[in-house]
Amino acid sequence: MIVKLLSGDTPRSPVLAVILLAILVALAFAPFLFPGVRSVDTAARICIFIVLVASYDLMLGYGGIVSFAHTMFFGMGAYGVALASTHMGRGFDAVAVGALSGALLAAAIAFLIGLFSLRVRAIFFAMITLAVASAVAVLVSQLSGLTGGEDGLSFQTPRALTPAFRFGDELFGVRLNGRLLAYYLIFGVSLILFLLMLRVVNSPFGRVLQAIRENDFRAEAIGYRVVGYRVTVTCLSAFIAALAGALYAIWLRYVGPDTVLSFDIMVDILLMVVIGGMGTMYGAVIGAALLVLAQNYLQALMGMAAGAVAGLPVLPELMNADRWLLWLGVLFVLSIYFFPTGIVGRLRQRRQGRAAQGR
Amino acid sequence: MTAAPDHTPTMSRAGLAERLGPYIPVLLIPAIMAFGLIFIPSMSSWLTLTVSGLAMGMMIFIMASGMTLVFGLMDVINFGHGVFISVGAFVGISILLVLGHMTEAPSLALNLAAILAAVLAAMAATGVLGWAFERVIVKPVYGAHLKQILVTMGGLIVVEQLIIVLWGPEEIYILRPEALRGAITFAGAAMEKYRLLAVGIGAVLFLVMRYTLRRTKIGLIVRAGVENGEMVEALGYRLRLVFVGVFIAGSALAGLGGVMWGLYQEVITAHMGQQIMILIFIVVIIGGLGSVEGCFIGALLVGLLQNYIAFLEPKLALISNIGLMVAILMWRPQGMIPVVKAK
Repeated sequence: MIVKLLSGDTPRSPVLAVILLAILVALAFAPFLFPGVRSVDTAARICIFIVLVASYDLMLGYGGIVSFAHTMFFGMGAYGVALASTHMGRGFDAVAVGALSGALLAAAIAFLIGLFSLRVRAIFFAMITLAVASAVAVLVSQLSGLTGGEDGLSFQTPRALTPAFRFGDELFGVRLNGRLLAYYLIFGVSLILFLLMLRVVNSPFGRVLQAIRENDFRAEAIGYRVVGYRVTVTCLSAFIAALAGALYAIWLRYVGPDTVLSFDIMVDILLMVVIGGMGTMYGAVIGAALLVLAQNYLQALMGMAAGAVAGLPVLPELMNADRWLLWLGVLFVLSIYFFPTGIVGRLRQRRQGRAAQGR
Repeated sequence: MTAAPDHTPTMSRAGLAERLGPYIPVLLIPAIMAFGLIFIPSMSSWLTLTVSGLAMGMMIFIMASGMTLVFGLMDVINFGHGVFISVGAFVGISILLVLGHMTEAPSLALNLAAILAAVLAAMAATGVLGWAFERVIVKPVYGAHLKQILVTMGGLIVVEQLIIVLWGPEEIYILRPEALRGAITFAGAAMEKYRLLAVGIGAVLFLVMRYTLRRTKIGLIVRAGVENGEMVEALGYRLRLVFVGVFIAGSALAGLGGVMWGLYQEVITAHMGQQIMILIFIVVIIGGLGSVEGCFIGALLVGLLQNYIAFLEPKLALISNIGLMVAILMWRPQGMIPVVKAK
């Protein structure tokens, strides 16, 4: 049953299985295990980023395509929900319409960009997505009449998802309000999307993608339409990324260029994919959990480090809490050199190494 | 013996379109200028816009040329190229701020000397940085595009953050040197002196680069390397050294472009390189990856079109470049002047 749910792609490493199980349990019972606004917020962010990063991995790790427009797709879903909720009034219908139209728009744009660039060279895709994503980000901040410009949009989610909605007293000391429902909505949708992606990568379609990633020329020679497969995976990835964006908008009840469209999120996604492990869906889980936790707590740690080296030249500046991107960048470069398969790859490799020795 | 049959060979003449084919990219520039002339009502504003478009195009060309050559020669795609622009701008502008007494003086010679000092310092700094970047970031990932894109992007983030550590997160404002402020009027059109200077520098650089590539031995090796690297190595040339040289030269040019762009905008930020990179990518793609001439034409097209559209319909200017790229890729999917690879 479990193997079937995971589409036959088991963790294949006891350590990995334990870590994944721990993350799953922690996320499933987050509001009860870690009560408090901030920790539940962190848990929700982890859920959303797992989906976002896994959808990016679909493109990068399985399709071998680098895109810099993933935040654009993410933002389309988020803005879709925000605009629909503003213009149609609060309600689940508005959320559904917004999320779906955002996701369809994202898939359509991915289709267009894919047709233009993947037809020629896969690296064109990286450059063109970068250009298009930045143009869209500027456009969103310029069209302030529609999108609220730099200030973004605050909107109301369905009443059942707000803290004001109560459906009972307390359970294990946790208030049963709409916020709890919102968390479980996000958790449930994220879990379904994740299992769906696991299904996709373990299907024959996913196998062909892996073949293309390893050697596109050969895949073409065997008779697969490389461009068709690449464009399809790009659209699928954009669609799911937009759904993740919709979840994020539902959780935050606010969208703005800095929160859903900025290039920093793109950098985060890249880091999560690479550190977790490219080409494995589980890498997305570990990368997202690790990085979101690190972001929330690393800055405090760096502040302490800066305090410790105060008085020395330059060092306090390097340890400044605002400079955490510097250290993440260094980590990123190092992990591409030394751990190209990421944490998941390492764990699986160790297991395989041991099995080989035992034989 | 019979006489040979009468036979007057005639060459079949290629059709007009066929003969014109190779020149179409070049002809696009006057075509865009004519487009501007038709739609922009007054001659004087057209002249002003053309000069500023050319200036912008020349600066983009200076910054983009290194990247396109590096790609052509070694198949290395450097997403971190933009960081050389930022570093060049910061080093150059710092020098200009130190040489304040020279830039404030009303004499053109002193001003140009100050700019020259700033440019040389910036080019030296970015050249050294380029060498280090090639060593540390690019060298270990030859031949793997995916890793190159990721690693150079990581390098960009790190160096950008280091700029913030060294110079602080605030933007730095700078005034152009005294003699280069203001504009001269020609045929009723106001043309900023600095832009004319930028056009001059860009044109000279293009000619020098073209001369080097076409007429010197090193240029011959570079062009041959772009076409078929293995063959050049088999003939005994160390292509790796040539490549490192080109990488350093390209980085230094990006630094020069950074100083010029900083003086053009009169403000510099650590993220400026990343923003300009987007224009550079568009230029490099529409020119044809690896082609210097294509890059030059693409840069001028982007510069001119952006200035015309910004004047005619400011909201459209944001997407005009993307539109241009889409149009050109539909016409020639490999870019205007595709590089022929012997494989």
